[in-house]
Amino acid sequence: MKKLLILSTAMTTVGFSASAAELAVMSWGGSYETSQVEAYNKPFAAEKGVVVNMLAADNPATQIKAMVEAGNVTVDVFDVELSDAVRLCDEGALEVIDHAALPAGVDGTPAADDFIDGALASECAVANIVWSTVAAFDSTKVSGADSIDDFFNLAEFPGKRGLRKGAKANLEMALMADGVPAAEVYDVLSTPEGVDRAFAKLDTIKSEVVWWEAGAQPPQLLADGEVVMSTAYNGRIFAAAVGEGKPFEIIWDGQIMDFDLFVVPKGAPNKDLAMEYIAFATDSQRLADQSKYISYGPARKSSAPLVGMYQDGKTAMAPHMPTSPEALTNALVNNFEFWADRDVELNERFNAWLAN
Amino acid sequence: MADLSAAPAALLTTADGRPLKAALARAQQQAKRRAFLLVLPLLAFIVVTFVLPIGQMLHQSIYNDKFSANMPRLVAWFESTEPGTVPDEAAYEALALDIRDAAVARTIGEVGTRVNYEYSGTRSLFTSSGRKFRSLEPPYKEAVLEAEPKWADPAIWATMRQVAPAYSTNFFLAAIDMTRNEKHEIVAVAEDRQIYVTLFKRTFFMAALITVACLILAYPVAHLLATLPLKWSNLLMILVLLPFWTSLLVRTTSWMVLLQQQGVINNTLVALGIIGDDGRISMMYNQTGTIIAMTHILLPFMILPLYSVMRPIPPSYVRAARSLGASSWTAFRRVYLPQTLPGIGAGSLLVFILAVGYYITPALVGGADGQLISNLIAFHMTNSLNWSLAAALAAILLGVVLVLYWLYDKLVGIDNLKLG
Repeated sequence: MKKLLILSTAMTTVGFSASAAELAVMSWGGSYETSQVEAYNKPFAAEKGVVVNMLAADNPATQIKAMVEAGNVTVDVFDVELSDAVRLCDEGALEVIDHAALPAGVDGTPAADDFIDGALASECAVANIVWSTVAAFDSTKVSGADSIDDFFNLAEFPGKRGLRKGAKANLEMALMADGVPAAEVYDVLSTPEGVDRAFAKLDTIKSEVVWWEAGAQPPQLLADGEVVMSTAYNGRIFAAAVGEGKPFEIIWDGQIMDFDLFVVPKGAPNKDLAMEYIAFATDSQRLADQSKYISYGPARKSSAPLVGMYQDGKTAMAPHMPTSPEALTNALVNNFEFWADRDVELNERFNAWLAN
Repeated sequence: MADLSAAPAALLTTADGRPLKAALARAQQQAKRRAFLLVLPLLAFIVVTFVLPIGQMLHQSIYNDKFSANMPRLVAWFESTEPGTVPDEAAYEALALDIRDAAVARTIGEVGTRVNYEYSGTRSLFTSSGRKFRSLEPPYKEAVLEAEPKWADPAIWATMRQVAPAYSTNFFLAAIDMTRNEKHEIVAVAEDRQIYVTLFKRTFFMAALITVACLILAYPVAHLLATLPLKWSNLLMILVLLPFWTSLLVRTTSWMVLLQQQGVINNTLVALGIIGDDGRISMMYNQTGTIIAMTHILLPFMILPLYSVMRPIPPSYVRAARSLGASSWTAFRRVYLPQTLPGIGAGSLLVFILAVGYYITPALVGGADGQLISNLIAFHMTNSLNWSLAAALAAILLGVVLVLYWLYDKLVGIDNLKLG
């Protein structure tokens, strides 16, 4: 249902254009959007006296190219994944962001050293969070699942599975469930045999899969009982479990970490304001504030000590982060170069696999 | 009148002496001009919103200048040499300088993406070369191969030669699961990548199935609407129109609520003990869901043309046939049915064409095997951003629909179409 809301919101944004004192930001909707509105937009609006309009899409990156090519850019800031930021930057669809203009951390560390590795990998983007794709399950229907193998084990844990409709993350998880160590996943996936192996593993659960597209869908599918296990963005499961008291649990084994980054499209109507917004939103305190609303890790090292309690005031956030030590035992970091390069090919193969 | 009868042979003139024929033509021309001015807004609207975009789309399906616009020297080299020529120093110089310029202009990603459509895994070769070629010195061949040994691969050069012309039929080939090999011959793509032909077949098969389902459901309803007393038929008509007026998304969502595994229908069946709790039927995220929801959504497009054709058929025709000894089946088949053919034709054509291009409902309730070709067009428009391939797929869809329309005209006759 939330997906429909997102769709209809996305449609109403067509033809929308921001005036001088407004800034349009497109992000991923749902509880993630809420966290950004609370931690970034409200303080920014209060401080600068501008209206920040938040828009939602299933994947904001897909809108950038269309807007730039059509010469009708109506959004100033997009929140995208790293591989998309790198790709769009190479294609000239993004403005270069001056990383030297980013504020130093609260402890005085210059921004270049304060951001964690990879957070400033693209000259057109600044990371705000570390998030991960994880497997999650409804603990009233499944008990004792604790590894990524269990997600693919229909015999021991019967029931429908939810997976994101696309090649990314699914192929890596399939390989990890098939026994490939996290460190070797992309080496294996670079070979044709590795790709075949990943699809063969996905074949074993294909008949039981419900495919989702928007990040808000997996908690909904779990809550509706449409699936008993689903891959999901970890923060969405956290928001449903801790925020709404749903009986969902996360399997950290085999998680795939990625960055979400702010980018500014070429021809953004309020480019300077957009740059100000990004510098403001990615300072140490703002990033730490965001973790008060959702369990995504801040992209600055100096934010880590500032991370405190969830907004309910009693849940410590640190153990729920994808970067917590317990979560990192078998974790994969998304290889953005691999996906910037192979995205088209593997998604074509994925679509063909899905249709046949 | 007196004038006319007095000089029948003389030229007919108006009261002010002009020839009548010319005056009439003039008056008619004025009327024509006025009529044209009246439809001009509509004409302009159609040209701007329909003809131009479709023309642009068709153009895009054979035109992609991402390579040719950004790699001018290399394109010139390809044009001046025969296919299969081994790249020489001049070729490597062109490559090195073009990639350097494209990297500075930030268009190297677009070049790489274009080549990547045809030869997967080459995109990063272009972007990484763009970073490395900024300070390259002659002799270029050695320098290029030292910086990136992958440029020695003849397949990359063959692919670049293919994508060098801005106009090509490659996207249409891709849209029917074909490709060109290194020798420029047209071959089928690997079996595990074939998808579009399957999807085209599925799209037309499902559209036909939905059309037939709509016809079977709509025919009795339309007949009832046409024959009931006005008081009742109006009420019934509102029941038909009410969903028609409701938003498409709302109707699709309602079907999701009804059909899902924990949904109304499954819950009712379980409560009645017809199926067990673990035997819940999957009616959504598959073809069944797509067919059910689309049949319901497109039903009014069948009912309304049928109704408008059935309404004026006098009931006395069937009564006359019965009184002359026809059985009720014969009377229906020989007398009633032929008179409703224009409505059947119009309704079927409408439903079929709408179903072929349907997007939002299969996207929401279709799951994996309920996807139609329109979903793949949307995928290439918004996700892979391969607009040329999306345009080629859409052009094929448009072409097939036009052929069907032409067939319909030949078989049934387009004059026999009654929309209301």
